[in-house]
Amino acid sequence: MKARLLSLLLVALALTQFLSTTRSQGIAENQRRSGFDTMGPDTQAMQRNDADNPAMLWIREGERLWHDTPEPLTQDKGIAGKSCASCHGDATQSMKSVANRYPAFDEATARPTDLTGKILQCRSQRQQAAPLARESRALLGLTAYVGMQSRGEKILAPADPRLTAYAAQGKILFNQRLGQLNLSCAACHDDAYDKKLGGSTIPQGHSNGYPLYRLEWQNLGSLQRRLRNCLTGIRAEPYPYGDPALINLELYLKERSVGLTIETPAVRP
Amino acid sequence: MATALLYVPKTAKRGEVITLKAIVSHPMETGHRREVTGKVIPRDIINRFSCRYDGAEIFKAEFFPAVAANPFISFTTIATQSGSITFTWVDDAGKVYTEKTELTVTA
Repeated sequence: MKARLLSLLLVALALTQFLSTTRSQGIAENQRRSGFDTMGPDTQAMQRNDADNPAMLWIREGERLWHDTPEPLTQDKGIAGKSCASCHGDATQSMKSVANRYPAFDEATARPTDLTGKILQCRSQRQQAAPLARESRALLGLTAYVGMQSRGEKILAPADPRLTAYAAQGKILFNQRLGQLNLSCAACHDDAYDKKLGGSTIPQGHSNGYPLYRLEWQNLGSLQRRLRNCLTGIRAEPYPYGDPALINLELYLKERSVGLTIETPAVRP
Repeated sequence: MATALLYVPKTAKRGEVITLKAIVSHPMETGHRREVTGKVIPRDIINRFSCRYDGAEIFKAEFFPAVAANPFISFTTIATQSGSITFTWVDDAGKVYTEKTELTVTA
């Protein structure tokens, strides 16, 4: 009798565990709130006014690099010796709404790529220049500068049907319990947002402000840096920068933040 | 590398109180952190800031290791006459960052 009760209890426990991993259906569109709304008024003020936003240092750098011709690795004058502006012209016009389309499907690699990946690809193929390191000041600056041209726009769902399968994989990863703490992204950001983790409010975990200036980092950082941080936090092995799994996750994050406003370059605590 | 950004009005009325804002790009290494090997990362912070308006110093500040990276400073002054406003930061390595802007004062 006792053994039977115990096994029943175990089944019930397993069931709740199962339910807790599959219950999460994301956050309804009218319930979605940017991390901006949950942070303190001081931090909000930093983001509201460009003159108070430290990310503008990187924006200025990105703007400079947009017009800068990198040292080419080839002597072929037909290819090399071009700046971003040589082909794309004025970024405030040509890059409008571009960040809102990423991650996008890349024909060359037959995979989705994020905006940073696209900039790196452009740099190595069209400019024939040495690659920029992920999280380097220059690459963050360029990404933020391009991203800022979509500031204020409503996030649109990825339109390309080729992306659907990858976003679905991202969703699986989002709901997958990982690491020594056995937490999924959903366990905090879908099921426990607005509650406290230590002294901080758990945000819904939207990707609408990246690259952003995080006061904790005292630096601008990409969405992938944030994702790797979270993975380390739950004591899981972080994926390397540019890993397909991170891009899939970025795609799903974009899907679940549809309707929010792009805030690049945002400020977060 | 973009080193500093200034947010200073281009014009002001005589006697008007104007707000000057400036941010400089600097890691502000405290000198308390160590590398993986245990070696101390040497301190490198901006330790002095000064602002000159039309040749005269109107504001100066000393910075200490508790100041965050990319220090931002905001203060006010009274617009007296047209002239240049110069912002100067000096760090531990002796590197000097200078930014200048012009202010036109109307009657």
